[in-house]
Amino acid sequence: MTQPSTAAHKDAPTSATKSAGEQRSSRRSGPWWDVRTLSLLGVLAVLVAVGGITAPDEFLATSNLQLVLTQASVIGVVTVGMTFVITSGGIDLSVGAIVALASVWATTVATQEFGFAGILFTAVIVGVGCGLVNGLLIAYGRMVPFIATLAMLASARGLALQITDGSTQIVSVASVLDLGARDSYVLGIPPLVLIFAAVTVIGWLVLNRTTFGRRTVAVGGNAEAARLAGIDVRRQRLYLYLLSGLCCGVAAFMLIVLAGSGQNTNGNLYELDAIAAAIIGGTLLSGGRGTIIGSVLGVLVFTTITNIFALNNLETAVQQIAKGAIIVAAVLVQRRSLHGDT
Amino acid sequence: MARTPATSRRALLFGTAAVSAGALLTACTSNEPKEQEQAADNAAPVADDKPGKAVTIGFAGPQADHGWLNAINSNAKSRAKKYSDVTLEITEGSNDTAQQIGQVQTLINKKVDVLVILPADGKALTQVGLQAMRAGIPVVNLDRVFASPQAYRCWIGGDNYGMGLNAGHYIGEQLKGKKNAKVVELAGLDNLELTQQRTKGFDDALKNYPNIRKVARQAADFTVESGQAKTAQLLQAQPSFDALWNHDDDQGVGALRAIDQAGRDDFLMVGGAGAKSAMDAIKAGNSVLKATVLYPPTMAASAIDLARALGQGKGVGGLAEFEIPSSLTLYSAVVTKDNVDQYLPTGFI
Repeated sequence: MTQPSTAAHKDAPTSATKSAGEQRSSRRSGPWWDVRTLSLLGVLAVLVAVGGITAPDEFLATSNLQLVLTQASVIGVVTVGMTFVITSGGIDLSVGAIVALASVWATTVATQEFGFAGILFTAVIVGVGCGLVNGLLIAYGRMVPFIATLAMLASARGLALQITDGSTQIVSVASVLDLGARDSYVLGIPPLVLIFAAVTVIGWLVLNRTTFGRRTVAVGGNAEAARLAGIDVRRQRLYLYLLSGLCCGVAAFMLIVLAGSGQNTNGNLYELDAIAAAIIGGTLLSGGRGTIIGSVLGVLVFTTITNIFALNNLETAVQQIAKGAIIVAAVLVQRRSLHGDT
Repeated sequence: MARTPATSRRALLFGTAAVSAGALLTACTSNEPKEQEQAADNAAPVADDKPGKAVTIGFAGPQADHGWLNAINSNAKSRAKKYSDVTLEITEGSNDTAQQIGQVQTLINKKVDVLVILPADGKALTQVGLQAMRAGIPVVNLDRVFASPQAYRCWIGGDNYGMGLNAGHYIGEQLKGKKNAKVVELAGLDNLELTQQRTKGFDDALKNYPNIRKVARQAADFTVESGQAKTAQLLQAQPSFDALWNHDDDQGVGALRAIDQAGRDDFLMVGGAGAKSAMDAIKAGNSVLKATVLYPPTMAASAIDLARALGQGKGVGGLAEFEIPSSLTLYSAVVTKDNVDQYLPTGFI
């Protein structure tokens, strides 16, 4: 419908964003190695140094790299989806609940009868289905994303609890479980990490090299301008929540592989972790700018912190205090370097 | 007196028959009177399986989002169903303190005879426990204890300290004679008091074994996901150790998964709480999981028993006491391959 008019803007930043505000679009259009990404890499380097000094034997081992990346993979995939939504000026509070619902739906006795394909299919379809409901409510029901996804959070968790009745559904499909085993590592890379990498690459390409990505940024920068420029803003929003739901479905499948089970408490507070990682990475909470690489680095920073604390056997209380402090420090460092830049 | 021997023999026969028939008759009914006899001994009536005065029991628990809590609900329900004289008024589980207070107040207003309350947070629900007691409704406080003993008539619950203690002793005995043995602990939610008590018991038990040292402790949060994540980190941090105690079998599913993924089998693992999946693994004997320390959800069934006895104004059998005790702490048995069959029916899913 509006396809021809938007296709014209394929190769340049859309006129929508330009008219929306020169500043925003120019801030976005920097290369991936912009100062935020660099400062985040710096934080990660410092963490690696700390880990290497405090627990040299354990931290620098290959097995630890595999571990950190595996632990980052599930929340990482969710964060990629979240980055798209936030870039468009929206928010998805329901990601953790969708992961929980998809993981329990995909591990019921009935689903497990269909084996590997049944579990994967169910997890993805449930994720997409929840995303569809979110998207319809927000795009066509004109609900505020915060409220619509909050409602989804509540109902999806409730439905997950109803399906499991509070019990832990253990997966007995060997092919699913094998995916998490050491034997299935490809060249030393766990399959879950490969999925994470694939999602990251696809996410980066879609956000930075396609019309879809540019429309997403345009909608986030100034929805009204985007609409005037001929973008079907509502359909774009619908697609974005679908995408986030799809990522949750994939993440749910990965979590099933990782934990060998489905439980209604799965994905607890994923929404906060994903939002925090995206924001630390440099995605603008008000929309209009998003970076997949930043988000992935944000996830890696969090996972590395957890890993270093565990290797040094620190108490939970200390871990939480330090985690908060490090989030603040990371953001302050970014601010600093940004101000120095402009 | 001059009776023929025949008559006498007949009388004798008849007499014997009558006596034995009588004995038989009493024997037939004595399954029940046996307890009555006991009751007669201490002059206090005890509750038994026979229907008595009708009792309405109000039950309020937290949201069953965990295998153990779910087992609590089903234990309470099935126990209540067993008695024809018990009506169970069960409220929708809630983890929200304000909501649970409201639910208990509703039960008080409905004028149930006895209340069984498993608070989401014991301290926070003390006031409503007091309210019920003041309204003349005896409260059976299940597991998570109220801040004031005035808020309940009887408390029944598990022994978190004892759980740690028994886990520690079991591991201590298994590693006896092993020099410089290393032990790792995977705790539950650290902001719960029960986690601290379990850890304290575990540490105290280990003090009896000078050859054992606890080298690491990480806290998961009772979920499979966190169990997997924390155990994976622990295994990375500790390239070799001899035993692992995991506070909770639900998170243990994740822990076993992580152990499997890391390909480790150089230590023994002891679980906690008593999930069916853990007992199955112990019985199969093909994983590192060798034992689990019970925190039996059957306590909810016992709470219904106590509530029924309270409602009927009776005591419990097997004790000399006139009254139901004000507190009952359950024993945390260690389930191993040797006795797993006995406990398997109590395992929760």
